[in-house]
Amino acid sequence: MGAAQASIIGSDERKANRKVAVVGRSVIFKIKRCDGPGKPWRWESFKVPTEPGSNVISSLNWIAANPVTTDGKVTTPVVWDSNCLEEVCGACTMVINGRVRQSCSCLIDEYAPREGDEVVLEPMVKFPVIRDLWVDRTRMFNALERVKAWVPIDGTYNLGAGPQESHEHQQMRYALSECMTCGCCVDACPQFTKQDDEKNWEGSFIGPQAVSQARLFNEHGTGKRLKDERMDTLTGPGGIQDCGNSQNCVKVCPKGIPLTESIAAIGRSATVHSIKKFFTGK
Amino acid sequence: MNEQRVIVVGGGLAGLAASIRIAEAGVPVDLFSMVPVKRSHSVCAQGGINACNEVARQQGYSEYQHFDETLIGGDFLQDQHPVLEMTNWAPKIIDLLDRMGVPFNRSSEGYRDLRLFGGSLFRRTHFSGATTGQQLLYALDEQNRRYVSEGKVTEYNFWEFLYPITEGEGDNKRAVGIVAQDMRTMQIRSFRGDAVIMATGGCGLVFGKSTNSVICTGGAASRCYQAGAWYGNAEMIQVHPTAIPGADKCRLMSESARGEGGRVWVPSKIGDTRKPADIPEDERYYILEERYPKYGNLVPRDIATREIFDVCVNEGMGVDGINQVYLDLTHMDPDYLTEKLGGILDIYEKFAGEDPRFFPMKIFPAVHYSMGGMWTTYTAGDYQPSEPRTEHKPNGEIPIGTEIGHGLKQGAPNNAMTNITGLYAFGEVNFAYHGATRLGANALLSCIFDGICNGVSVVNYIRDENFKPASEVDQSVFDAATKKEQEKHDALLATTAKSTGNKENNPYQIAFEMGEIMNAQSTVVKTKAGLEKCLTKLDELSARFKNVELGDGAMWTNQSLSFTRTVGDMLILAEAIAKAGLLREESRGSHYRTDFPERDDDKFWKASLAKFNAATGKSDIEFVPVKAGLVKLRPRTYGKTAPEKTDTKTAEPANA
Repeated sequence: MGAAQASIIGSDERKANRKVAVVGRSVIFKIKRCDGPGKPWRWESFKVPTEPGSNVISSLNWIAANPVTTDGKVTTPVVWDSNCLEEVCGACTMVINGRVRQSCSCLIDEYAPREGDEVVLEPMVKFPVIRDLWVDRTRMFNALERVKAWVPIDGTYNLGAGPQESHEHQQMRYALSECMTCGCCVDACPQFTKQDDEKNWEGSFIGPQAVSQARLFNEHGTGKRLKDERMDTLTGPGGIQDCGNSQNCVKVCPKGIPLTESIAAIGRSATVHSIKKFFTGK
Repeated sequence: MNEQRVIVVGGGLAGLAASIRIAEAGVPVDLFSMVPVKRSHSVCAQGGINACNEVARQQGYSEYQHFDETLIGGDFLQDQHPVLEMTNWAPKIIDLLDRMGVPFNRSSEGYRDLRLFGGSLFRRTHFSGATTGQQLLYALDEQNRRYVSEGKVTEYNFWEFLYPITEGEGDNKRAVGIVAQDMRTMQIRSFRGDAVIMATGGCGLVFGKSTNSVICTGGAASRCYQAGAWYGNAEMIQVHPTAIPGADKCRLMSESARGEGGRVWVPSKIGDTRKPADIPEDERYYILEERYPKYGNLVPRDIATREIFDVCVNEGMGVDGINQVYLDLTHMDPDYLTEKLGGILDIYEKFAGEDPRFFPMKIFPAVHYSMGGMWTTYTAGDYQPSEPRTEHKPNGEIPIGTEIGHGLKQGAPNNAMTNITGLYAFGEVNFAYHGATRLGANALLSCIFDGICNGVSVVNYIRDENFKPASEVDQSVFDAATKKEQEKHDALLATTAKSTGNKENNPYQIAFEMGEIMNAQSTVVKTKAGLEKCLTKLDELSARFKNVELGDGAMWTNQSLSFTRTVGDMLILAEAIAKAGLLREESRGSHYRTDFPERDDDKFWKASLAKFNAATGKSDIEFVPVKAGLVKLRPRTYGKTAPEKTDTKTAEPANA
């Protein structure tokens, strides 16, 4: 793949960059582009003026209105996925200077503080590209379906309140429930492999996101009634045993979700589930 | 194949609630969304969802009081029956969400925790951390996914609604399906539906940068409006006083920052380029404290919005010469701030790149919510008092019980139906609930209420014994609608080839100029002259749009095409918003006219109704009386005689 040229930088360096960012500078956006599935990819670079608060989204908007490369070639606006722009919907995930993250919360001051500095944008690596920076993450939603990530309520009629819950337990569930299916964790996971063919989704590692969501619902008073079915999926092919413990997932999660704790918890449940199955035959 | 199906357009709270309710009733649903439904704009709601609850009830609160608060909040512009029904349902909706697994914050004993919010003295707002909207959306998404897995709901993610398909004319017009386009393959096709529910949210992007998400263009509502659906109270747009202006959008900054001591100011000298810390006290203009010595920074939302706007736009005193003022917390102890406001200060730091504990925040009002939307009707329920009641006081006699079914007739087929038979509007795109201003934490409620309560009305509509199924409608109706959209699409695509590169014809430039003029003239402070100027500018932009040039001729995943097409629809909606504002010669709620500063009930206790005139391409506006009958009109004085309690007492790291 076309490796990003800028080095991956940590949060301290990003904060330092903010302080020295030059007002009114222009920066270079080097973007990996592809016209559609099966089409070749190419790099295009754009010189983009910055303004206070510039982020990747505002820069891509600028390019859309001024689609001319640094070589002076008129090109098409870049295609990318986005919606809320507040880092809460998960849509605008991409690989920026070599690291997967949301592009809305990516401030240019942190990544390219000097005139002519480069920001490299690439699509996520584990999903099929639709066009340019837009990838198809249907597989993640399919995984939620496979682990039955819901509470099996009786229906929407008025049947009173749900189960009572302690403050601590709510806090634990809330942390897991902030997962926005953005895909950072699976993109960074060495065991989660790119599968263009839908048929291969089931046999390949399901990824930390789905494991953590299974835990979320196993922890709910009513949701735990589907625990056995969830564990059937997670102890089957592509299940929890495929986790290689690299811990990349937890490092890239923008919401700080304790994914490795979820993996450990589901791992323990898997052991119990397997023993139970061995003795009961069910 | 004679199986009846319902089409839902939009997968936010309203669309998902409808989908679940209808699928549960055994009717298959086709759900269309421009994004995977889990990424809908509802995720942005932070603060909470209002409902009467047992604690408040024992202190004298009631569903009826919630109803009364919502009416006065909206300056009495709503029809009253649907509001009563909504507030009656609220506690049951909270219970339902609780059963679905929403992690509502808990008290130490394990009950649902509550917070104070604008417009009430009672704790009646339920919340889930700082992301209540996200948590509610996820709960509904999960239930919907369950139905998807059972084959009862079919999701069409990344499909854009292009036009409703109708048969018949005038009063006999009814919706029988939609035309939609796959945003990836660009395939355009028709879908049959026995009923069509629009749950497509607000129109923030008409105003350029707003607190809304990228897809909140109002394009879908505009297309229904052009197809003959009426649009109500278009001029009623809520502007939130404190948002973080961004290069791409405006992000909300909760008003609790002011509640905790935040001071709003600008440099006294225009063009002062010094850093804020270097500007001495006597060279700062504390806008709200000087103009409102009594209430200072704690004036109500609409006043704060107007004054900040005035200082920047009219007096040109904005910080760094642009439209922004300081919201300053730097005089306070950083540890205290972290404890009280940590969550929202982190958001500011993440996006603005500065720590507000040490640098004043730069904020400006931003368009936030559209109270107006597609006009809908209803059948009133059995609560019909002989005469309207006066203001309801806490602990006062409650005129009716709390059981469901007093405001609306349950399941009446026309509840939340537009003037086009079988075309419904749910959620923000329904004009029904919030009148001239929406109270905080009532939006999530109205969205879910529409889906859960009025979803049943849709089912009853298609199950009526005299109902003619959409499957019996001739295929030619669908083919003609598809062909028309395909032709529009192809014509736009063809503009790529003959591009002159003229910036005047660039769709992004046209959209930018529309946002600029709408924001300047049709939001916070409106005047006759300003709105006329706005309409003239919109005329010019519409003329330029006729020559619009697309920058991308691709037949695959062409986002520019989708955007450009929407710009045309936004211009049409913008005209209705500005014209309704021009004709409403009074001030009411969010609609403030400096040339008509008082509320004029004789002339304008009426909803504005915009009807699209296909011959002129513009709106015809009329005013129709509000259906009151439950509560008497009274002046909207709260906030003027006492500061809003919620601003001063809310202890949570609030998220308005």
